[in-house]
Amino acid sequence: MSPELINLIIQATGESLFMVSVAALIATLLGLPIGIFLATSRKGELFAAPAVNGILGVVVNATRSTPFIILVVAIIPFTRLIAGTSIGSGAAIVPLTIAATPFIARLVEGAIREVDGGLIETASSFGASPLQIVFKVLIPEALPGLVLALTLAVVSLLGYSAMVGAVGGGGLGDLGIRYGYQRFMPEMMLAVVVVLIALVQTVQTAGDYLARRVNRRLRHR
Amino acid sequence: MNVHQSLSAAQPVETPPIASAPSASDTMVRFESVSKIYPAYRDKPSVQALAGIDFAIPRGSITGVIGRSGAGKSSLVRLINGLEKPSSGRVVVDGRDISALSGRGLRLAQRSIGMIFQHFNLLSSRTAADNIALPLEIAGWSKADIAVRVKELLALVGIADKYDRYPSELSGGQKQRIGIARALATRPNVLLSDEATSALDPQTTRAILDLLANINRELGVTIVLITHEMSVVRQLAKEVVVIDAGDIVERGHVADIFTHPKHPVTQTFLSEVVGDSIPVSLSSRLVAQPIAGGQAVIRLQVRGSDAGDTVVARLARELSIDVALLSARIDEIGGQHVGSLTIGIPGGDVAVKRAVTYLSQHNLAVERLGYVA
Repeated sequence: MSPELINLIIQATGESLFMVSVAALIATLLGLPIGIFLATSRKGELFAAPAVNGILGVVVNATRSTPFIILVVAIIPFTRLIAGTSIGSGAAIVPLTIAATPFIARLVEGAIREVDGGLIETASSFGASPLQIVFKVLIPEALPGLVLALTLAVVSLLGYSAMVGAVGGGGLGDLGIRYGYQRFMPEMMLAVVVVLIALVQTVQTAGDYLARRVNRRLRHR
Repeated sequence: MNVHQSLSAAQPVETPPIASAPSASDTMVRFESVSKIYPAYRDKPSVQALAGIDFAIPRGSITGVIGRSGAGKSSLVRLINGLEKPSSGRVVVDGRDISALSGRGLRLAQRSIGMIFQHFNLLSSRTAADNIALPLEIAGWSKADIAVRVKELLALVGIADKYDRYPSELSGGQKQRIGIARALATRPNVLLSDEATSALDPQTTRAILDLLANINRELGVTIVLITHEMSVVRQLAKEVVVIDAGDIVERGHVADIFTHPKHPVTQTFLSEVVGDSIPVSLSSRLVAQPIAGGQAVIRLQVRGSDAGDTVVARLARELSIDVALLSARIDEIGGQHVGSLTIGIPGGDVAVKRAVTYLSQHNLAVERLGYVA
């Protein structure tokens, strides 16, 4: 493989990592509170607001059930509004974030719901406010689950990022399609797949390790 | 003691009558016609958990609240610390109407009410010391104050060496000790124990109950003991409230309730402790009609200080009957003997009648169970 092609791979990897990490960061900042709210706002729960919970649930489901490639195209005007353009890695962050936020919210909801309800009652019994319960009980207790949820979200984002090549988003997927598929360069396709596998593997291993580190439930010295 | 001292001791107390102040301050928790109804939800009908109960828990006491599951015990304890609101009536804790409080006012009041749980409810993500620190963090204590207080509490519950251990590394008894330390952290006046020993083995249960008794004695904390086990009430409580189907069916001093239970529910609970049941090997052979050459089976209820400890021997001697002791269990509860004896009387109807008359004369409740060969 020529140095030019290797440079292309390095550049595309950089673009992918940029898109995925920025989108993951913003989606986490948005998805975490939404997920916590979803997990605590049904009837009789900490922030009980069943109507809001229901509407938010429908919105989350709608976003999640829209195929990503359609989402990317459908929100081009919105992307242009936010990013000033609809082309390039920077613009691609917008649909990636919008797709990842409800995904993270649902994963966070699941992790938070895993926390024993008795602990919420316990904290309430010694006078903790709802916010104190979130920050001192729910998040710390759900931390291993949250770490795994974010790991899963980043892995999924790496997959989504391969699709934004369709709107000029760049990145590894774009490179694989344009060079590997359209120009009949199987070695390029292979290289892209290998890099993606390595990235996913690294993210997953790091996530698993971190989740184990923060899990005190099964730790024995 | 010399004469002078004994004279001065006999003098009326001259200090201001703080201890014998108005009755309100002698009461720690007061239920005033409290009802709790859970409204119908989806396919579940509405449930009346408490049906207008009135009672008071004396300051500094250890009061047992006993009932079967579903009797309303959990609602009762959650009304005391404001986790639930009564449908009607008032719950007054330490002079404050806790049922009227909400938001910040309620949260402040809750800091003077500690609670321990059947399943300990410790945070798995925090060490023993950090678990104990949680209510102090919530109450806004400074880091330095928390460190000092946590150290005291660890020593109080006897697990000072476990401060950096996570709950997953500790035994049930150790976890409950952390639970107790945590409940006491903010120096509450009331400690609510919701089936706190139900998940522990008998030895650990004993140790935890001893610890609670010490805490009551040394800190003067009023303890409310919710349980379905009469043995827990017997070991620890002075007062007992028996609830069934959302109502108080009996209440009083433990010794009185144990020696003279009136309500069937109380009697059922009591039979768990004093073993009114007869062995299966005996009950399977019981028949309703006399058997020639067999024995009449008679059960004596032993309740009170003049136990039937010698009556069987006297019965045998004075009436010249070969009394057979078939099963027996006698406990001492609050200085009173409580239990039952099952005896066999041979020799036909006449002998049995004489024996029953004799026993009745000695104030023993006699019950003819049947006959065995």
